[in-house]
Amino acid sequence: MKLKKNIATSEEGFIFNPSTGDSFSVNPIGTEILALLKKDKPLDEIIEIMCEKYDVDRSIFEKDLDDFTSQLKEYTILD
Amino acid sequence: MTKNSSKNKVIVIAVTALNAIDSPGPGVAVIRAIRECPDFKVRIIGLSYESLEPGLYMHDLVDKTYQIPYPSGGTDSLMNRLKFIHEKENIDLIIPNFDAELFNFIKLREKLKEMGIRTFLPDIEPFEARDKIKLYEFGKKHGLLVPKDKIIHNVKELSKAIDEFDFPLVVKGKFYDAIIAKTEEEAENAFYKIQAKWGLPIIVQEFIKGTEINIAALGDGEGVTISAIPMRKLYITDKGKAWSGITLDDEKFIDLAKKFVKVTRWRGGCELEVMQTADGKSYIMEVNPRFPAWIYLTAASGQNQPASLVKMAMGEKVEPFTEYEVGKIFVRYAWDLITDIGEFLKISGNGEL
Repeated sequence: MKLKKNIATSEEGFIFNPSTGDSFSVNPIGTEILALLKKDKPLDEIIEIMCEKYDVDRSIFEKDLDDFTSQLKEYTILD
Repeated sequence: MTKNSSKNKVIVIAVTALNAIDSPGPGVAVIRAIRECPDFKVRIIGLSYESLEPGLYMHDLVDKTYQIPYPSGGTDSLMNRLKFIHEKENIDLIIPNFDAELFNFIKLREKLKEMGIRTFLPDIEPFEARDKIKLYEFGKKHGLLVPKDKIIHNVKELSKAIDEFDFPLVVKGKFYDAIIAKTEEEAENAFYKIQAKWGLPIIVQEFIKGTEINIAALGDGEGVTISAIPMRKLYITDKGKAWSGITLDDEKFIDLAKKFVKVTRWRGGCELEVMQTADGKSYIMEVNPRFPAWIYLTAASGQNQPASLVKMAMGEKVEPFTEYEVGKIFVRYAWDLITDIGEFLKISGNGEL
């Protein structure tokens, strides 16, 4: 699961899809996840990194990450 | 002296569609793009239909303006007026930008050439083939996706057309206006409303759900696309016009424009209105046979289409552009231009400003 190459993101959580002209805002956690996706980190590694950094139940985070990536796919931001 | 004299000579260019209003003509944007090109010097002659077209009063863009007769007046009265203007101004090139006047200018192309006035317009066949009324057949012939339609001449034919399409469907006028109808009653109301405004025939068209993309393109008349810039509207007025838009990065829209230019051997500017469906199909909804009002965005993103048209019209070879800036945004705005009654009287009384 990779972020499409031409997707523009900012440190403030702004996403621009230049193929469709759609733009989105995500919260700081979403921004961190996008930054990891941009570095081509696999989902397993993203789960490890985030669960280590934040006090979060692993199963809840996995479910939330699944929801988040489903939305990104729906908006053709992820390949 | 260099062989290419266009850098030294002042090119006199006459431009129409100076109505930079809420549903704007492209003239002012075309002039802005041309003036920005460092490769030539220009004198801009505005050709106007009405006394309150804002471009008339933009003296930093338009050097002199002449009123011309309405397109319904035919080619003779237009030609007489152009002869008068040419005697005074020695016009090198005319860039007409209104749908309704293009037919007359295309008809006059050869006569204008004899007078030393250049144009860069499509031939009459492709100009007519992309007409709304013939667009479906055009698409079928060239393998381009166009929504199915039915041309009707009376309300009885409407029920037959309804049988062929699912609701919602679109009822369109031959020149402007489109109403989405969800029921037979709505379709009938739309028919009468559009008939009253634009006359017959009426186009009943399959409804295509998707995202609207517009592509500004420039063809060289030999089948080569010099430039194609896709744009998505970000803000739309109640008249459906783009008040803001952004350049996109999607090769399939460029390829679509290239295909259109190739099969029509389109000469000059045009705008493809495309509906992109969720399953990835690109339907051509309309082809406007001239630059769109947002044409300055092409110059701002690195492919100055109006300036390239000037170069080609003046006989220069222009290579197709390959790059442009993606994510370039235009935001239109309204501005109260102040002028004096004297200026208004000049254009209203003398037909010149």
